[in-house]
Formats: sequence, C-alpha cells, structure tokens
Amino acid sequence: MLPAAGFFPLQRATQGETGCNKVTQEAEKRKTHLDSEDKPAENYVEKPKTLAELRAGIVAGTTKATELAASYYERIEKKNPRLNVYLCLTKERALEQAAKVDDAVAKGDPLGVLAGIPVGIKDVLVMRGAPATAGSKILQGYRPPYDATAVSRLEAAGAVLLGKLNCDEFAMGSSTENSAYGPVRNPIDTERVPGGSSGGSAAAVAANLAVATLGSDTGGSIRQPASFCGVVGVLPTYGRVSRYGLIAYASSLDRVGPFAANVRDAATMLSVIAGHDPQDATSSPAPVPDYAAESDKPVKGLRIGVPAEYFAEGLDPEVRVAIEAGIAALKAAGCAIKPVALPNTRYAVPVYYLIATAEASANLARFDGVRYGPRSKDSATLADMYRHSREEGFGAEVKRRILLGTYALSAGYYDAYYLKAQQVRRLLAEEYLRAFAEVDAIVTPTAPTAAFKLGEKTGDPLAMYLADIYTVTASLAGICGVTVPCGATKAGLPVGMQVLAAHLNEAAAFRVARAVEAAGRI
Amino acid sequence: MEKSSKVTVEDVERVAELAHLELKPEETPAMLRDLNAILDYVAQLNELDTTGVTPLAQVSELGSGLGSELQEGAGVSVLRADLPVPSLDRAAVMPQAPETDGAFFKVPKVIER
Repeated sequence: MLPAAGFFPLQRATQGETGCNKVTQEAEKRKTHLDSEDKPAENYVEKPKTLAELRAGIVAGTTKATELAASYYERIEKKNPRLNVYLCLTKERALEQAAKVDDAVAKGDPLGVLAGIPVGIKDVLVMRGAPATAGSKILQGYRPPYDATAVSRLEAAGAVLLGKLNCDEFAMGSSTENSAYGPVRNPIDTERVPGGSSGGSAAAVAANLAVATLGSDTGGSIRQPASFCGVVGVLPTYGRVSRYGLIAYASSLDRVGPFAANVRDAATMLSVIAGHDPQDATSSPAPVPDYAAESDKPVKGLRIGVPAEYFAEGLDPEVRVAIEAGIAALKAAGCAIKPVALPNTRYAVPVYYLIATAEASANLARFDGVRYGPRSKDSATLADMYRHSREEGFGAEVKRRILLGTYALSAGYYDAYYLKAQQVRRLLAEEYLRAFAEVDAIVTPTAPTAAFKLGEKTGDPLAMYLADIYTVTASLAGICGVTVPCGATKAGLPVGMQVLAAHLNEAAAFRVARAVEAAGRI
Repeated sequence: MEKSSKVTVEDVERVAELAHLELKPEETPAMLRDLNAILDYVAQLNELDTTGVTPLAQVSELGSGLGSELQEGAGVSVLRADLPVPSLDRAAVMPQAPETDGAFFKVPKVIER
C-alpha cells in the first residue's frame, strides 16, 4: 500500500491555483499510454485495508498520512482513466491535512477517529474552493466558498479528502450514465454500470481509490450502487446527517451517507458525520451512538422481517438465491425470521417519481445563469437568458424530471398527481411503522438485478426507474438502512442485501449487516 | 389521472415555459413519449382509495408509533432562534456570478420596449 520510494513527494507544481486537478483532462493526455498498460485484463478491484488497521499504522508512526495519500493518488492516476470515478482531485488540501496528521503523530497530539484516512466526496456535496459540478454542465466552473457540514466533520475527524466523485447529473439516475462528464464504469466488470446516482462513490471504494466515501441517497442512490459494486452503503434516517452543502434534488427525501468496504467502517463514518446541525432545519438533535460499537453486538434474538412483496415477479432468480442464503445465515446466527406485510410497495415507484420530480422542479429553479455557472450568450431579455442557460446547461434526464414535476404541480393536476402521491406516501410510511412494531429489522434484496450493462437501459426512462423498486420505499418513509454484500451471481457480479430499520435505529441495521457480512466470509 | 396518453405537444410546450426550459424541436417528440409513458405508469395510484388520508410532505409529520421517536428525541420541528447571524461573505460569493459589479448580479433587460 505504501508508495514506491521514488514517488513521494507529489509534484505540487502541477496543481491548479485552488488545489484542484482536473483528472478528466489529465486522463485524456495519458490515454494512449494507459490503454496499452490496461490490456488485456486489468484488475480494478482491490479491498482497502480496514480503518482499524490503517489507523493503527498511523498512530504507531509506521504509516505516514502523507505517504498514504500519495499512494492513493498514484493508484488513482493508474485506474481512474478507465473508471472515470474522480471528476477532480483536491491534492493541495489533502496533502496539507495529511501533513497536519503526521505532525500531530510526531508531537503525540490526540488524533481524530479518521486521522489520515483517504476519503472521497460525491460531487453533489460542496468543498470550499473545489469545482462543484453535480455532474452537470450548468455548474461548470462553480467553486463554492464553503464546505458541506458532512465534509467539514470528516476533516475535523482527521480524514484526508482526496477529491470529488462522479455521479448522475443532480443525482438523477440509477447508473451514473447521466453525468455530463461521462459514465463511471463498474470496477468488477468495466462493461457494466456501477449503479447510481452515487456510482463514483461506490466504484471508488470497490477499486480502492478511497478507503471510504460520501454519497447521497434520494431514492436509492447510495444503496443500489453499493449493491452493484459489492461494497457497504448506508442510508441514514432522514435528518440524521445534515444536508447543509448538499446540492438539493428532492429536499424531503435527500440524505447524505457513507460507503465503505466493510460494515464497521461504514458505521464509524456515520458516527462522524451524523448529528444536529443548526444549518439544516430538518436535522435531528437526537444523540449519536457509537455505531461501530453497536455493530459489534450479537444478533441472537433479533426479529427479522421478510416482506413477500420484495421477492415477487421481476426479481432475478440468482439474486433471490443469494438473498435467501443471507436470510438462512441470519437464522443460523439466532435471529427469528418472520414474514411482514408491506402491501403498498408496488405503488412506491410512482409515488417517488411524482414527489421527487415535483421537489426537483422547485429546487432546480435556482440554476438560471444569474448567480453561478455559465450564462448563455446573446440573450436580449432576462426570460430568454434563463431559458437559454437552462437549455444549454441541463441534460435530458434532468429536463425530463423538471417537466414531469412541473406538470404534476401545475394547475388542474396538483390534486390528481402531487397530493395523491403524498397521501400514498403516508400509507407507505405507516405500513413500515406497523411492521417495525413487530420486528427489529427488515431484509430485502437491494435491487432486482445485479449490475446491468452500460447503455442497456438508457433508451427507456421507465425501465431505469424500475431499478429503484426496492429502495424508494425507505426513502419515502424516512427510515434508515444498510446495504451489505450478500453473495454473487454465477457471473461473479455482487448482490446486495438491504437491511432496513426504524427511524433512528441505525444500530439495528448495522448489527444485522455485520452478521450477514460475517456469514459471507466463511 | 385516467390511464390514457393525453399529454399533447401543446402541454409539453406550456410546461416547458412554466419551467423556463426550452426544448429543441427534435427533443419534443421523445419528451412527449416519455412523459406519457411515465404518467400512464403512475396512473395505477388511482387503484388506491385515499379518501381522508392526510398528505405526508415531510417524515417529521409522522405522528404515531415509531415516528414519534423521531420527533421526541428530536423536536424536528423546533425552529432556531430568530436572530441575525453573518452569512457568506459577499467578496467570496460574487466572483462566482457570470456577470457582476461586485455588489449586484447583472442581468439582461427585464422589460422589453
């Protein structure tokens, strides 16, 4: 893991004025060289060391945080051109932070729980001075003057922020093919999608281009890519993690959450970023448990609900086999497996796509060529300037969702679409509350299939929406969940199990996920 | 919300105008097709009788059962004190604008003559 002797230190001279290197441009330059190196069967998958291992090395002084960061940048240079995971690297800031950690170690100062840990940030969360694109052309060139709360909390805990990760434009998509900066490829099979919208965040962990990452989840955008890339992804309870500095998609659904290579590390990450923030009015002041310690607790005696609705038509048989094996492992570990009924599940995708697009149509009104991002040239009037800037800046899926949302909110259709969707949202949420009176956690497949091929669903928006069929319900209900690797298909593609728990009961989800993970290792 | 494709080109154009979007002529047919397919699909919500169900806009409105945990620990609806606090520095914010004089955002004419 440590860099070759000749590599360190990094050349600071190659960095832009704000310390952000445009890796996409560098990738172009290196293409010829790397293509020959990539063939025939370049392996992109690598498991990062655990936080505990890495931190022990840093505390003992056997691993220098600066060298660790440099080794990650070296690996990124090799692997990123094909995977397209990072949109930009924040080397100057990362190395400054790493040097601070090394200094603290040398002086014997106290160290944060993430001291020296290389972490990546989905490019819908802002970092001061670093280009924030949200995967869209409409924000090209925008350098926000502040840090998202989740970002500053990671840094305060000692994390080294490597750069910004690719995603679907404004987090709208299930494959990361909607990024204006090109699709991300799945490290396990580069002809396949990594899932979305946080495809860069999931792929970065799967390829060990970061030890852990942050993503955002509005309808499944953390859980589904975690499942497709064989990593752990966390959907915290709505309000558990501040949304301050998250570029808004659908505010009543948006969550910020971590990815990691194992459950315990994901739990540690959540403990760092969770907690009340006065900058987010929906942020919960409930105390934050030590989730990693919670995840260590045995699962014996926990009641696990299995909803038949998630094992019905449309579920890939190989995914079913893998999830059923995971459920059998939980039973063997001493859990009580019980059926639960979630009969309104089939309405969740329609409800989600009405509510999310309605909120998006309002949230995305702010991108108009006035305060940030490019402005369309040569518009005679203000109205023309808005229209042209938005026409040039937004991609097809974003326009489709803005139009759908505007339609659902427009006069004459509001009651039929938006209000109806909100009513069904309550039915869905209450259904979960009733189920969680009977069980501690609910387990389902995270997605109906393993990772699909690039281009397979881009022509059919509705088919793409149905990739979210098992994840949107928890989004609408505001409950929490963890996706954990749970076997693979015959072709070797990972399958993820979704472990859902009641509001603010992340501890239960982590415990169950740990048991599934432990069973998988045997 | 009946199950029949009835969004027209005129509807798409009207909604685009409301949303300050301008579709290229070649984009309109695909958008029309997609919107109708999606609206047909969401029409299945009509199968559910939701008479008397209070719409849920935010999960903090979930009053009963485990939802109350969220409010209780929480007071999700508690507002902060109404005191002025400094916001982002203008000198940091204005340079991000496409056109500015440092104090204001400059935009094209609002009123046509």
